[in-house]
Amino acid sequence: MAAAEGSGGVGGPLFAGLADVSISEDIPVEGEITVPVGSHSPDDDYSTLDEPVRDTIMRDLKAVGKKFVHVMYPKKSSALLRDWDLWGPLVLCVSLALMLQGGSADSKDDGGPQFAEVFVIIWFGAVVITLNSKLLGGTISFFQSLCVLGYCVLPLTVAMLVCRLVLLAGSGTVSFIIRLIVVVAMFGWSTLASTAFLADSQPPNRKALVVYPIFLFYFVISWMILTFTPQ
Amino acid sequence: MQFDDAANLLAANPDATTISIDEPAEIPRNQHGRLQEPGREEDDELLGTDDSDKTELLAGQKKSAPFWTFDYYQTFFDVDTYQVLDRIKGSVFPVPGKNFVRLYIRSNPDLYGPFWICATLVFTIAVSGNLSNFFIHLGKPTYHYVPEFRKVSIAATTIYAYAWLVPLALWGFLMWRNSKVMNIVSYSFLEIVCVYGYSLFIYIPTAILWIIPQKVVRWVLMMFSLGLSGSVLVMTFWPAVRDDNRRIALATVGTIVVLHALLAVGCLVRCCLSFSLLCYFLGPAYGAGKEVADCGKSSLLKKSSTSEEPPK
Repeated sequence: MAAAEGSGGVGGPLFAGLADVSISEDIPVEGEITVPVGSHSPDDDYSTLDEPVRDTIMRDLKAVGKKFVHVMYPKKSSALLRDWDLWGPLVLCVSLALMLQGGSADSKDDGGPQFAEVFVIIWFGAVVITLNSKLLGGTISFFQSLCVLGYCVLPLTVAMLVCRLVLLAGSGTVSFIIRLIVVVAMFGWSTLASTAFLADSQPPNRKALVVYPIFLFYFVISWMILTFTPQ
Repeated sequence: MQFDDAANLLAANPDATTISIDEPAEIPRNQHGRLQEPGREEDDELLGTDDSDKTELLAGQKKSAPFWTFDYYQTFFDVDTYQVLDRIKGSVFPVPGKNFVRLYIRSNPDLYGPFWICATLVFTIAVSGNLSNFFIHLGKPTYHYVPEFRKVSIAATTIYAYAWLVPLALWGFLMWRNSKVMNIVSYSFLEIVCVYGYSLFIYIPTAILWIIPQKVVRWVLMMFSLGLSGSVLVMTFWPAVRDDNRRIALATVGTIVVLHALLAVGCLVRCCLSFSLLCYFLGPAYGAGKEVADCGKSSLLKKSSTSEEPPK
């Protein structure tokens, strides 16, 4: 208080009254102080072990489904990038490879691609494109990029389904034109969707260098879909 | 490193012995990564061969990361879009007297161009081979379209082997000659890979245009593209061997051109023309769908396809 009085003399009557302050004993001061006990026990965070299996599966399925919706309506959202998973790409790749089966005309000749060839093309192609974008200075992580490229195969899988249905009806010129239009549209959709998700993580003057391999990748897959002829 | 003052130096020193490299009027639109060293350029123009030493020095300064780190490989992809486009343009429009390596690569060789140009070429050849077969047999009721998928792997092996093994052999040969005869401009291995990779670019539109079923058109196209890309290669490597024994120099350049021609003929003819050639000579009696033209391949395929054929 000595300092206050000293400064009070210099700074005017600012602190003049402090020395007089005292709490009278007539005023009751009472109250309650409660410290809320943290209700997070360590067990609660890992309680997914106790939940029913159905919840676990539904949670993952919903995450996959949400990503499918993001691909079909591509906006610049980061949901695909943040929580990456590879279930969706696996399902899409396997279904596409299965649907491309049974396309060889003669068993003796060069037929359509086998299951293993489609699988290897999709996964090896995705890995090469990811490496390419990382080498060019991209900031996206390896599995995030694989996730995006895999999920954006969804429009092409839909195109394959449509092509097989159209081929059931007939395989003339009209069906070819329908298939061509569908495949071209889905190819454009795939490329635009993956570019929308990946473009932001690339250095600005190298965007075309990163987009071109993605274009080539989906073009090869579209070509395999378009040239599919059933037995 | 971009030496843009060469034109000024030539104007200042018109009698100096130079390798007649004229700077084009291109100014990079991106200013970063640009070093100007005017004093050094005069030596380059006068001595010519020192360029290679300085090039190696500069290249050595760049690639200082050890080869097991990711950063080491990132130095090979240090190109922007406009640089790649310029290099492609330089490989398609060779100007006599201008050296592709000096002009465009300038100690910044990249692996992006060679790798993706080869990949595009592989798929273009496969696609146009399919398409040309399809159009030849359009309208024939007995023809069943077969997408020949195995050709992709064969084409890929051939093209990637050409784009990597031939530069390796050429680099080794140039190193060996360099140790015997001084004053030979030498290129680093990556620069040779770069030149070869970018010189393959002209084959991509050629392969697309090979869908046209006229034989004359096809052969004219191939001669034209072979001439263009061959001239890029010749103009790049002639300064490197011309100081050598005359015969060895000519033999080297001749081998480069012959290998390039073999690649062109081999890939395009094999993939696109083989089937139609066969039908032309043997008539439609053999029907469609039998890959008899690839004689060696079919027996191999029979063995492999019977072993992997699932029960249908």
